Amino acid sequence: MSILVDKNTRLLVQGITGKTGLFHAEKSLEYGTQVVAGVTPGKGGQTVLDGRVPVFDTVADAVAKTGANASVIFVPPPFAADAIMEAADAEIPLIVAVTEGIPVADMIKVKRYLDGRPSRLIGPNCPGVITPDQCRIGIMPGYIHKPGRIGVVSRSGTLTYEAVFQLSELGLGQTTAVGIGGDPVNGTDFVDVLRMFNEDPATEGIVMIGEIGGSAEEAGAAYIQAEVEKPVVGFIAGTTAPPGKRMGHAGAIISGGKGTAEAKLAALREAGVHIADTPSDIGETMARALG
Amino acid sequence: MKIHEYQAKDLLAARGVAVPKSKVAFSPVEARAAAEEIIEATGNEVVVVKAQIHAGGRGKGRFKEDPELGGVKVVKGAEEAEAIAKRMLGKTLVTVQTGPEGKVVKRLLVEQGVDIDRELYLGMTLDRAIGRNVLMASTEGGMEIEEVAAKTPEKILKEAIDPAVGLVPFQGRKVAFGLGLSGTAYKKMLPFLSALVRAYEDLDCSLLEINPLVVTKQGEVLALDAKANFDDNALYRHKDVEDLRDPDEENAAELEAKSWDLSYVDLDGNIGCMVNGAGLAMATMDIIQYFGGKPANFLDVGGGANAEKVAAAFKIITRDPNVKAILVNIFGGIMRCDVIAEGVINAVKEVGLSVPLVVRLEGTNVAQGKKMLEESGLPITTAASLKEAAQRAVELAK
Repeated sequence: MSILVDKNTRLLVQGITGKTGLFHAEKSLEYGTQVVAGVTPGKGGQTVLDGRVPVFDTVADAVAKTGANASVIFVPPPFAADAIMEAADAEIPLIVAVTEGIPVADMIKVKRYLDGRPSRLIGPNCPGVITPDQCRIGIMPGYIHKPGRIGVVSRSGTLTYEAVFQLSELGLGQTTAVGIGGDPVNGTDFVDVLRMFNEDPATEGIVMIGEIGGSAEEAGAAYIQAEVEKPVVGFIAGTTAPPGKRMGHAGAIISGGKGTAEAKLAALREAGVHIADTPSDIGETMARALG
Repeated sequence: MKIHEYQAKDLLAARGVAVPKSKVAFSPVEARAAAEEIIEATGNEVVVVKAQIHAGGRGKGRFKEDPELGGVKVVKGAEEAEAIAKRMLGKTLVTVQTGPEGKVVKRLLVEQGVDIDRELYLGMTLDRAIGRNVLMASTEGGMEIEEVAAKTPEKILKEAIDPAVGLVPFQGRKVAFGLGLSGTAYKKMLPFLSALVRAYEDLDCSLLEINPLVVTKQGEVLALDAKANFDDNALYRHKDVEDLRDPDEENAAELEAKSWDLSYVDLDGNIGCMVNGAGLAMATMDIIQYFGGKPANFLDVGGGANAEKVAAAFKIITRDPNVKAILVNIFGGIMRCDVIAEGVINAVKEVGLSVPLVVRLEGTNVAQGKKMLEESGLPITTAASLKEAAQRAVELAK
């Protein structure tokens, strides 16, 4: 079992004729993902990747012709909000936005637009979602993932790879790994993904990787305390980050004394989460927690 | 991105937000002329000279060279304005937010004096928990809002803005009544609030703070101070705001990194870091501290870096005289380890290497990357894990 995506996922790539979109569409195909369509307005009727993927002008058209049920957004920041809303209008159940640098005001509108619609947005500014050996959506290196029993949810890309790599090396593997993204306004938060992992019988343990800024980790901790009995390993990046400085990710900033790593770690400890002292200890900490 | 008070007031005034009459001055002579102009227009001899730096607490701050003088001074007449300007310009103002080193004042705002009846607080920022912007108001003007929030949260009025409709008039009325306004001040407050919310949205602000917002004895509502921060992701559509950037207020290394599209933050430790990905970059700083060292910087080279960009990053790190060791930590996903290796080797060949360099590579093309580093013949320490790399870097920096 897994969450969000599996071998039946039919993927649409928005922005497939761009350099990054095309590169990762190919990687996903090679990984065994069903990449059924691409969308680039004005390039409908073409195909890419040696004729394997048809390109459409609109998402609605692509969905009607191919039955795509997930979309990944590789559209540049000024146009990304539009692309997400187009996917939501076509009622695609899962939308994964990889794009980094979308204005906050645009995401506020997107969030409002998604209210009451059936689509789930993951990201933006995220590495994507992968269920090992079944479906890869996003930009992560597929080969470091191994099918297994741990669910991974994270606000960071490369830090997720670090955790996934350790879990694979230790033979624990992953059910699904989800990057929820480093932006202050996003579609899916820790609580949503924790709930899915908690309800997934194949997931025996959960790794949760947070960072400074906002209060999504605290909300996650409250959910864990109330609902989760599976072992959870936590890591929070940014213990040494100075206040008031944006640490790369738009959402990684301590402002007005809020969003510190200390507060998040305290909340996670309180909820019974096993804290990894360093990013190198995430896998080992999970192995110990599983007993 | 941050701007000065006078710049924020210009932007707000252009969008219908009421501000006192004021003018920026870069020299004592300009300060005098500005004061004369304002006095003539208002018929009021009282003007305020305000130091313009990107830090709060200016009123309570003191000049290093002139400890009697604060960063905000009420004066009478143009001559006195010029005299005060002379004492402020080129001097170092230390406030609670500047740190002990302070900031050199190069610009002043000369502003009309106003008869203050009440001081209020108005602010607007993103509430991440609900994904909407929130207008905040409090009767505790002049105080730090964080302090008010901690001690008397019930004194903060909050109205979330629905992006589909903006500030609805009833929300403005709730705030105005909540602040205890009536008569002329109440009537003036409503358009003030809607103009403020519109300005925030038009300009893609991340923070807009009017502290204090004053009600004058005549019932005018004016932004006596204004602080505006902007969403860096949205600057591409606000060239006019980007042009307000004051290089004196920004770290030179951070500006250079920005020109390379690198995410860099200067810190005060001695281990230079180059990492891909913001989360991993933060975690690398953390693990350095965990093993007893101190990071000299945060540096995320990003996902799509090429050898040239890596070399640029490397040069920015090596230029920092505090750096006693460098730690390169790459988990290659999209970023290939051979590209990183090439960039590091090129940079070392070009600028030389005077401090120990520890490199930890993992991920795509890792074997090739490691081989390139070994065959380069350069004095590079490689490490198998992040833990080992951090420990080595901390030892070598001692």
